[in-house]
Amino acid sequence: MTTKWSSKKIADYVINKKSLFILDVRNEGDFADWKIEGENFEYLNIPYFELLDGVEDLLPKLPKDKDILVVCAKEGSSIMVADLIQEEGLDVGYLEGGMKAWSSYIEPIKVSDLKNGGELYQFVRLGKGCLSYMVVSQGEAAVVDAVRFTDVFENFANEKNVTIKYVFDTHLHADHISGGRLLSEKTGATYYLPEKDAEEVVFKYAKLEDQASFTIGGSTLDLQAIYSPGHTIGSTSMVIDHKYFLTGDILFVDSIGRPDLAGLAEDWVGDLRETLYTRYRKLNEDLIVLPAHFMVIEELNANGTVGKRFGDLLVENHGLNMTDEEEFRKAVTDHLPPQPNAYTQIRHVNMGKISPTNEEQTEMEIGPNRCAIR
Amino acid sequence: MNIDLQLDAKGLACPMPIVRTKKAIDTLEAGQILEVTVTDKGSLADIPAWANASKNTILSQEVNGEEITFTIQKG
Repeated sequence: MTTKWSSKKIADYVINKKSLFILDVRNEGDFADWKIEGENFEYLNIPYFELLDGVEDLLPKLPKDKDILVVCAKEGSSIMVADLIQEEGLDVGYLEGGMKAWSSYIEPIKVSDLKNGGELYQFVRLGKGCLSYMVVSQGEAAVVDAVRFTDVFENFANEKNVTIKYVFDTHLHADHISGGRLLSEKTGATYYLPEKDAEEVVFKYAKLEDQASFTIGGSTLDLQAIYSPGHTIGSTSMVIDHKYFLTGDILFVDSIGRPDLAGLAEDWVGDLRETLYTRYRKLNEDLIVLPAHFMVIEELNANGTVGKRFGDLLVENHGLNMTDEEEFRKAVTDHLPPQPNAYTQIRHVNMGKISPTNEEQTEMEIGPNRCAIR
Repeated sequence: MNIDLQLDAKGLACPMPIVRTKKAIDTLEAGQILEVTVTDKGSLADIPAWANASKNTILSQEVNGEEITFTIQKG
């Protein structure tokens, strides 16, 4: 019998930098586009349809001293290939649910304790590089940039015995479907969106305004909104407890946000510049930057979280070190990387204009997030 | 176009559409034509990639609602 591997088990390999040999049997285009990333992972891509006559030629290419995992899109082909290899006497596993399951897997990790018994958690969606946040304090919680698997946040809130009071989106997302609206409907929390990103939104929401502040757990913990346009015209950052700086898709650990996903790169590049080089620089360098995405697995800290001191990023992040404005303008408007899969449709879902089935949502979200420029 | 063999692989999930297609192609002589209809969306990329790797030729592909029909000439 081949072993079934859960996404949770693979997350453990990724976070703890264990070594793993991945035999990815999807077609070459899909593999080149997007795969399971791990610092100590080795890969071999052979499409399953090239193995229909048997795996004899493949066997010498497989390691004897490493765990081997067979991966495909949904799992069917990986089971077939894993069985063929197993019949030849080599132990291998397959990824349960395939890349679709991996794309939706979320690992909640504590970033830090906060004052008065509060806690800050980052929800790391390893497969797609999305980062959501939950702040809990004295029976209440706020969620920022929730992904669409809202039961993860609901279950977590139940475990922590807290009521979700606020749900924030830092901007109208284009790479993944927001869970903000659904989570607020299910929990009764208020859903906040920046007004300038919400012009075409067809549902009711509360305006997330510059300098707005929120308290959770009585007055024990505060969240401060800072208008910071550039990735979108409404992009807004949040500072938690004067210490944690949720930058949305404006500033990442090793890259900066791209201004073109709503089709307005030329218009928004000035805003992005102003945010990164003026607005943000009035803030304390000891803030810990916690973005809404990571792009490469090397951005993960030792505990699996993604985040770094703002002052360090001011030195190390290339996007914060382009003194020449023209150079900056070119860097963020020329030679942009490919856009995220189905990004226009995803924006329309997040505006409430279309309501695809769960299966269709999964299809739209296939692939990496591609929100950054490095 | 003369279809030599028809295969209904509708409702089958990956990898079965290609497993069946390969088995059907194996029964044909070089130059003969197979028509296969599938509903698995992954086949849109995978059947042409398989045909390319296995030296068979896709003559046509047509999407009709949920159904995708390929005609494949054995190489």
